[in-house]
Amino acid sequence: MTIAENSLGITKAFKGLALAALIALAPATVFAQAAAPAQAPASPVAVPAAPVAPAPVASASAAAPATPSDGVVYIPARPVAGKGQPIAGAYGFQKQYSATGKEALWMHDALLMPIITVVMLVVLVLLLVVIGKFNRRSNPVASRTSHNTIIEVVWTLVPVLILVFMAVPSIRLIAHQYRAPAKDAVTVKVTGYQWYWGYGYPDNGGFEVISNILPADEAIKRGESPQLGADKRMVVPAGEDIRIQTTGSDVIHSFSVPSLWFKLDAVPGRVNERVMHIDEPGVYYGQCSELCGVRHGYMPIVVEAVTRPVFNAWIKSQGGTVGAPSAKTAEITPAVAKTGA
Amino acid sequence: MASIPADHEHLGAHDDHAHDHKPRFFARWFMSTNHKDIGTMYLIFAIFAGVIGGAVSGIMRMELMHPGIQYLGHVASFMGEKNPTFDQQLHLWNVLITAHGLIMVFFMVMPALIGGFGNWFVPLMIGAPDMAFPRMNNISFWLTVAGFCSLMFSAFVPGGVGNGAGTGWTVYAPLSTSGSQGPAVDFAIFALHLAGAGSILGAVNFITTIFNMRAPGMTLHRMPLFVWSMLVTAFLLLLALPVLAAAITMLITDRNFGTTFFDASGGGDPILYQHLFWFFGHPEVYIMILPGFGIVSQIISTFSKKPVFGYLGMAYAMIAIGVVGFIVWAHHMYTTGLDVDTKMYFTAATMVIAVPTGIKIFSWIATMWGGSIEFKSPMVWAIGFIFLFSLGGVTGVVLSNGGIDDNLQDTYYVVAHFHYVLSLGAVTSLFAGFFYWFPKMSGRWHSEFLSHVQFWIFFFGVNLIFFPMHFLGMQGMPRRYPDYAPAFEHWNTVATYGYMLMSVSILVFFVNIGYALLFGRKAEGNYWGEGATTLEWTLSSPPPFHQFETLPVIDTTVGH
Repeated sequence: MTIAENSLGITKAFKGLALAALIALAPATVFAQAAAPAQAPASPVAVPAAPVAPAPVASASAAAPATPSDGVVYIPARPVAGKGQPIAGAYGFQKQYSATGKEALWMHDALLMPIITVVMLVVLVLLLVVIGKFNRRSNPVASRTSHNTIIEVVWTLVPVLILVFMAVPSIRLIAHQYRAPAKDAVTVKVTGYQWYWGYGYPDNGGFEVISNILPADEAIKRGESPQLGADKRMVVPAGEDIRIQTTGSDVIHSFSVPSLWFKLDAVPGRVNERVMHIDEPGVYYGQCSELCGVRHGYMPIVVEAVTRPVFNAWIKSQGGTVGAPSAKTAEITPAVAKTGA
Repeated sequence: MASIPADHEHLGAHDDHAHDHKPRFFARWFMSTNHKDIGTMYLIFAIFAGVIGGAVSGIMRMELMHPGIQYLGHVASFMGEKNPTFDQQLHLWNVLITAHGLIMVFFMVMPALIGGFGNWFVPLMIGAPDMAFPRMNNISFWLTVAGFCSLMFSAFVPGGVGNGAGTGWTVYAPLSTSGSQGPAVDFAIFALHLAGAGSILGAVNFITTIFNMRAPGMTLHRMPLFVWSMLVTAFLLLLALPVLAAAITMLITDRNFGTTFFDASGGGDPILYQHLFWFFGHPEVYIMILPGFGIVSQIISTFSKKPVFGYLGMAYAMIAIGVVGFIVWAHHMYTTGLDVDTKMYFTAATMVIAVPTGIKIFSWIATMWGGSIEFKSPMVWAIGFIFLFSLGGVTGVVLSNGGIDDNLQDTYYVVAHFHYVLSLGAVTSLFAGFFYWFPKMSGRWHSEFLSHVQFWIFFFGVNLIFFPMHFLGMQGMPRRYPDYAPAFEHWNTVATYGYMLMSVSILVFFVNIGYALLFGRKAEGNYWGEGATTLEWTLSSPPPFHQFETLPVIDTTVGH
């Protein structure tokens, strides 16, 4: 209880410090903002020409949103500022939209951050005291003390206790991140290519969506950030388990979405699996996070979570199949029924 | 610079010059068997490599100041690429990040701390006339130089769409095998072979010297902590580098001779490479910081005029760090798809390292406690080291949590963390050691004033570069990106201003060296006074070409 209160106070104090630093840096900020608009047009090479990466036909036929019989359509959502993408000048994590993400963020903000702030303050205060009290003028004759068993035991054991205290929620967090997905979870097979992403839906007809970076002007037109916008998105249902399987086709890539606290390497010859669960509809951005060659910085990840009906409509518009909507029948003959197509 | 010690031959007038037979220039510097000469060459080489590595990071920071690609095209043209394409410019970026990492790790920090200060002061501190294997010492140095040449050469041969190796300093397969055509990566790997071989020979030399050549009365438990740090470092080198050598040899055969150690299509595994690399790579980070620990311990004790607090705890904390450093490597691989139990183990094991590290930090402060501290420049650098290294250490504790690291792996938070412990930790200890021993090595005083000025500019500069990188990383900016979303611009611009400030401090450093060499006062044998109690202070500055021809005897009645 007191720890929680303390940590809140400390978090605030830390933010205060960070703010102070921000204010101190204000001139630099102003300059940066003034320079920014002038900068943008001055870099014609910055916008990669339409990516040379081949876009297989799988998704080409489904460019226009088809209208399924029940009238629900998928229209790519415009991203909301500050949701699922970085915020200019921010000094913390992105807001989290998954249970494990919220748990991890809590652990960082309410547990780790206060502890390391206190540790740093202790070191800083001790250094200042030493500098102030034990300099040549204040203390002309140095003591000869070089042992104190009790204090040595204390500064060995106290960190051990702090670490044990820290390890419990840390191990629990890992366990939650490795939880097995629900039986009827949607499977998305994420493949990293040089340099674009493929999102396959093996349970829904096995089609693969190829996702390339958008040129900066096109991204801005669609309300997306340059470097983050992609022509096709990985569309998934919100509020349901998603079984993410990653693999690489050529070199190692890494599938990463900061606002979902999700990062999993895409390694050639391996399939990595982890559960993803997005709390609410929205657009969530990420970028390749393992050096994969020349255009490593030019293969963004865009995950769009939609409601179940919209997801079904999107699947159909891609030429895929949706297993019987009342998929509870699957419980009688587990999993096998889901192979669908 | 190569002629400094020669210039000062006449300075140490009270030494027995009859025995000071120095070889002529070529024999002295190219066939050197003198640990002090070899140490000097290592230091000059490290400064040279550091300038190149630092210039590379300057190009990187300029490019990252604003979104878009601004300078890479010019740099590519400068490097000989006519009308570089967009992909060639991006390839150059990867070459720059690779070169920066490899140069700073293998050709700046390691040569300076181990080859430079280690060579110079391990024999002096244990009362030995030289290293155990003087000729092998010379081979170690020239292998390192050859490695550097191989790395530089790699930048001018094809390595994919452009020249140079663009694999990152980690050289992960398959990007470094099937993913990089051309000989550049082979030359970069060969550079690691050469530098690694040089370091292994150096490690053998240090271990033998420390075990066999201590002066009478200097038991292991009476050795200065710098010597302890070099002993632990040498063991880490000896055990870790062969693993790297094996891993990169497998890369070479995968690249050129059709083996498939790291290629899944032939039954290999790219992740195996990462395990091998980090089994070396994690001890490597301690190899880079432990000698710094040793230097800081000497300095803190000298200027507090007190013996090191908890000497045995300090020595055994370094051993503990070395041992535990071998069983935590996979924390660099949290996102590669580790098994859940594996990830939990590496989380717990990694946290353990905070304990011996904490012992060191607190013992340094306790050494100062009750002291009569003189704030000479080495002391100021050492106190700066304690603060900056602690900051890098606590972010390491954050990163040790596998579940938290998922969102920080391969982001600028990691970049900030390892630069706090290396660029700000190891390099700060380098400068501390440099100003502590420069008059001893050269016989001439640097300017204490300029050294203080350099410290404060450096301190603010590096914090301005690297502190905002924590914010960028938490917001999700990935490493090794030449371009970024506009949202990341603010802190990147701040970091680039920090770089400019930091580079001024390096300028001050060179002015200071120039001043010392041209106008510096002569330094006495023990210029730091009563606090400086190790054996190098019993000698003149610079020490005679051959020292301790009569071995000193350590007074065993004085404990630590």
